Amino acid sequence: MWLDPANPQLNRNGELHHLLSLEGLPADVLHQILDTAVSFADVTQRDVKKVPLLRGKSVFNLFFEPSTRTRTTFEIAAKRLSADVVNLAINVSSQTKGESVLDTVANLSAMHADMFIVRHAASGAPYMIAKHVAQDIHVVNAGDGRHAHPTQGLLDMFTIRHYKGQFNRLRVAIVGDILHSRVARSQIHALTTLGCPEIRVIGPKTLLPSRVNSLGVHVYHDMREGLKDVDVVMMLRLQNERMNGALLPSAQEFYKYYGLTEDKLALARPDAIVLHPGPMNRGVEIDSSVADGKQSVILPQVTFGIAIRMAVMSILAGN
Amino acid sequence: MPATPLPDAETLLASLTERMRPLIGPDTGLVGIHTGGVWIAERLHSSLGLRHPLGTLDVSFYRDDFSRKGLRRNVKSSDIPFDVDACHVVIVDDVLFTGRTIRAAMNELFDYGRPASIRLAALVDRGGRELPIAADFIGAEMQVPAGRQIELIRRDNRLTLQITDA
Repeated sequence: MWLDPANPQLNRNGELHHLLSLEGLPADVLHQILDTAVSFADVTQRDVKKVPLLRGKSVFNLFFEPSTRTRTTFEIAAKRLSADVVNLAINVSSQTKGESVLDTVANLSAMHADMFIVRHAASGAPYMIAKHVAQDIHVVNAGDGRHAHPTQGLLDMFTIRHYKGQFNRLRVAIVGDILHSRVARSQIHALTTLGCPEIRVIGPKTLLPSRVNSLGVHVYHDMREGLKDVDVVMMLRLQNERMNGALLPSAQEFYKYYGLTEDKLALARPDAIVLHPGPMNRGVEIDSSVADGKQSVILPQVTFGIAIRMAVMSILAGN
Repeated sequence: MPATPLPDAETLLASLTERMRPLIGPDTGLVGIHTGGVWIAERLHSSLGLRHPLGTLDVSFYRDDFSRKGLRRNVKSSDIPFDVDACHVVIVDDVLFTGRTIRAAMNELFDYGRPASIRLAALVDRGGRELPIAADFIGAEMQVPAGRQIELIRRDNRLTLQITDA
């Protein structure tokens, strides 16, 4: 086994071989990714937004769950590294014919894939794939179930660092459906590793995991109380299927208590920034005046997301 | 420790500057390669009185040994704050050896535009070229035993050379 059994994303030299979760990644690996992404962010400002690093490599976008935005940003990132990109929306191809995930991966490996970008509705699916691929293949988790969405967490950290500098004095609030959110988990792990001293999670009891305290965060059910004096507000997307179920009475009621409006945001620090992983439900978790307002950094997040994914792919491919 | 005394980097820089002065027009774009080349280029830039601001390149994304060595840590940002198109460019590095770094730098430069010409200045040429690349301006030629490398150090804005094991 060439990977660290305690943390199968790292090789024996402590270098990143797969990116599966931000949990357990040392701070220097996170900093390496963020620092490298700074240089890639500059590349994306040029006329020729392309570097030859991954020339001749094949990156397969393996999306077992639909996602236009994440898949597109990975595709753009891979193309800007000069890799060849193949997009597979598996729910409409071989899975409907009964092929197993590992058979799909084995077939694509036989086509000389160098990297798999995996999105799957089942938590842990990218781990299983990483365990079964050949030694020279790298796996990136692009979101698995409720578990993790590491590149989203990284681009959020990049955004915070870009606007706020250091993490060690920040108060950060994560608001909304924490229970079902792989984004929130990745954010909490990354913020903790990077030394953020105060992480607050804000949401209704029904949308907070029962053991959320064990992650070392402060829990608030009253959004006005939770937003007081924070430097960063990270909104989460409320997924449509949660809106009319047992967990929530209605989208309107959620908006009333947990939607980010201008008057609630006014309780945060005046220079607080607002993040959202997209796609947004305007009028549900965030008001349009905030989403389009001057404290919003939601569109820069998308731009930074490409640089982060370029950094992740090039670091993995080189290790 | 080196057996033979090394030339003084400041003296080499002064003679490099004087060799360049008559042949470098005020519209020349100067581009230093991280990290030692940027130090040299900063000093040349202020001595030569050039119109364009100084450019810098980190060639990590263009290196030909990526598949063997991976991505170096602490990649710096490349920054060319002038229009490369139709510009006469001088690339500046501290030590010219195999020529591979210069090849990477030229490739990167062309992603910013089509320069009118590219010339090369290096503080030290240690020979050992593996590509058909030659410097237009050098401070000195030096023999360095194989397996050793020559390195530029900057302390309190003073440049010195030292030889270490590669």
